[in-house]
Amino acid sequence: MANEISIALAGQPNCGKSTIFNLLTGAKQHVANYPGVTIEKKYGYFKCFGSSMTLIDLPGTYSLASYSPEEITTRTFLLEEKPELILGVLDASSVEKGLYFLLQLMEMEQKVVVALNMVDVAKSRQIYVDEKILSKELGVSVVSLSAAQGKGKDELLKAIEAEKTQFSKTQSLKAQYSVYYGDLEPFIERVMKICEGYDLAFPLRWTAIKLLEKDSHVESLVKKSLQNSDVLVQVEDIRNEFYEKFKQDPCKFIGFCRHEKAREIARKACRRPMTEVHSLTEKLDAVLCHKIFGPFCLALILYLFYYLSVTVGNILAAKGWILWTEVENFARAVLPQENFLYDELLTSLGNWIVKSVTSVLNYLPIFLIMFALVAILEDSGYLARIAFILDRIFHAYGLHGQSTLPLILGGVYVGGCAIPGVMATKGIPDERSRFVTILIVPMMNCLAKVPLYLLLIAVFFPDTAGSTMFFIGTVTLFMGMITAKILSMTVLKHKCTAPFIIELPNYHIPTVKSVLLQTFQRIWLFFKKISTIIVAVSVIVFVLISYPGLSDDRKAYYDGQAQAVIGRFMADVEKTALSGKFTEQDIMPLIAYQDELRAKKKGVSQEDAKLINAQALKDEPVLASIVLRQGKDGRILAKSLRILDSSRKNLRREMRQETFEKSLIGRAGKALESVTKWAGFDWKINVALLSALAAKENSAATLGAIYGIESGTVADGLKAQENGITPLHALALMLFMTLYPPCIPAAMMIKLQTGSAKWMIFSMIYQMTAGLLVASFVFTGANLLGLSATEAMWTYYGLCLITAVLLYFVKLKEA
Amino acid sequence: MKTLADLKNKQECIVKEILADGILGQRLMDLGLCPDTKILFVRRSPFNDPIHIKIGDYHVALRQSEASSIMVETNG
Repeated sequence: MANEISIALAGQPNCGKSTIFNLLTGAKQHVANYPGVTIEKKYGYFKCFGSSMTLIDLPGTYSLASYSPEEITTRTFLLEEKPELILGVLDASSVEKGLYFLLQLMEMEQKVVVALNMVDVAKSRQIYVDEKILSKELGVSVVSLSAAQGKGKDELLKAIEAEKTQFSKTQSLKAQYSVYYGDLEPFIERVMKICEGYDLAFPLRWTAIKLLEKDSHVESLVKKSLQNSDVLVQVEDIRNEFYEKFKQDPCKFIGFCRHEKAREIARKACRRPMTEVHSLTEKLDAVLCHKIFGPFCLALILYLFYYLSVTVGNILAAKGWILWTEVENFARAVLPQENFLYDELLTSLGNWIVKSVTSVLNYLPIFLIMFALVAILEDSGYLARIAFILDRIFHAYGLHGQSTLPLILGGVYVGGCAIPGVMATKGIPDERSRFVTILIVPMMNCLAKVPLYLLLIAVFFPDTAGSTMFFIGTVTLFMGMITAKILSMTVLKHKCTAPFIIELPNYHIPTVKSVLLQTFQRIWLFFKKISTIIVAVSVIVFVLISYPGLSDDRKAYYDGQAQAVIGRFMADVEKTALSGKFTEQDIMPLIAYQDELRAKKKGVSQEDAKLINAQALKDEPVLASIVLRQGKDGRILAKSLRILDSSRKNLRREMRQETFEKSLIGRAGKALESVTKWAGFDWKINVALLSALAAKENSAATLGAIYGIESGTVADGLKAQENGITPLHALALMLFMTLYPPCIPAAMMIKLQTGSAKWMIFSMIYQMTAGLLVASFVFTGANLLGLSATEAMWTYYGLCLITAVLLYFVKLKEA
Repeated sequence: MKTLADLKNKQECIVKEILADGILGQRLMDLGLCPDTKILFVRRSPFNDPIHIKIGDYHVALRQSEASSIMVETNG
């Protein structure tokens, strides 16, 4: 909109920028206590005395150099989009540090109004800031506020309104304020003279200072717009001259001058206590970061996190499942009814999609708890302490203290999800560590891997279930660490590393409102991002497992079988009074009616069931008499119906299996057998693993579809001698599953967070390869050495442990 | 001369010189670590690294390798 006035919100991390954003716009936006959460540029709208304003939330940065993408984003935005006004946010309890940033902002010749935020927090620490002095020193208006308490909004709007009259005037504002650089001033003048003749798109003095600072971003901008690199050579000479004369690096000199100025202003404007006030934060840190109590508290908090999200989450998920079953039933009722053998595409595809969606929705309670706990950890300020405590260990493997949260979310030990895990890597400032974390998060044990573990453990390791689960839970962490180190020594060797400098913010109790807001925003984001993907992927998988389908003569065979089954039932019908009245067309409605009646009676008391039966006999006398075995005819037909029903189910299962075997995925599974035989996988397991690409919980379900032969359970099917599956096969399969490639939704998240499809594909291929290598190594190795599954398991465990410990001592090069 | 990484818990010091440049130099500068700044070495992490320092009113954690580029003077 043309008449809208754009205002940018700028400030350092943790200065309460986001709370001001919410205060002004009322927009639902993320607020957190962890440095660097706001990376995206966010927009919000508000009215100021009748005028429409657009508020742009800039990334929080400590400085305006050009070392991080956030800084460059901020600068580019200010230079190119030229907002009419900048709202510079200062944290009242650390004015000096904030001023250092603000002075740089003003040097860019931007129109600034200062929002002095968190005055209440400062007051509680006996720090008082005089906004009048600050305003006089800086030459701009300063407004005090406590955005978190909702105080100061009106004053802020008034200040914006007061500036508004000048918005329409000339675009090129002279600097309202500039730091005086003492000895460097004549040198700045000289650089300005050099650049003067050219038509630069950005402020002259700022450009000169930045060139003297050797700012790579401005250097490249200048090079591009002047097409004459001679300027840079001249500037370099001037830099050297300064260095020779004053034995000081101009870059550092500039920084010192800014700090000097910031300190001077802060000293004038702030009144602080003479004696140190020991804040609650310092007292808490004395315990939470203590040599002994620190790790102990951390373990306790992480255990609590795990317990609440996974254990309690699972209990809630089980409750929620009732609801999702209702959804599935509803879909089945709405979609065209099933046919005797071949369902319509709409029916089978529709049911398939609904099932795929509900299988993810099933995790909703767990995600809800997880996201809420993450918000609490972030807002309380403890997350930064976790990074502080664990960085040493993680850093040795190429990870970062801030990798902790993504790994927990991804499922260190057991139960997590790679999607929120990968999402949470956003805050890691070190590019190499961030990539390593993104690549190993999918190796953790997400919830969807658990059903397969549980199935295999129940069948093959029933006596050592506990220790086997412990093996799976911990060996993944070792393998993850080994992989992390290898990745950072090889493919990620040249990714940039960044210094580990994180602010340890003051502790505060998170508000219920803020936690709920963040939880629902994240849940919403999560579902928005994956819902379409799940549907699309489920359609693709459906095609892969259904086509090309059965050949005509196989179809004819099944049709014949079906006819024989139907014929037998109809012959029984002929023997009863229903002869002539009940035709072949009535069979499907009869089966559907039986299912419906069963569903209705599920979980009700016996008296209620009797009532339902009585009502059914009244409403549908013919169908109900058969289903409920009323009279002689009813008894005969009920028995016949049971045979019909089970024959139909068997036929459909046989058909599905055959379709599966002939399908694209089945063929792929067979083709892969030559490679996977070293790991002990036959084509059936290959198919199960391939189907898990869409979502890992499919693996147990597909194994069920393939091995759940006849009426037996999956477990019986797996155990059956003719399949030849031994505990060693199961071990290889579980190890492969631990390293299994991320499911498609997680892979999409990897693409989003790494910004490239290349890394997404890499992550899928390397994990698949690693999984296959490990499974083959264990399976073939154990066979050669004649080890039992349990022996192989613990030998492998020992090898991983030793490798991980040895790799700890290998030094990583900083890039 | 000592570096910041050599200090003990609860020890105070004055910054003399910063030997780092590039991104590390910039980040340390952003924290306000220039000559004559007073720093309190609060504690080491339970696993010895990183270290927790207090500059003015705010608390920062940085790795030992980074802290060793900050030359300091203690009064003890």
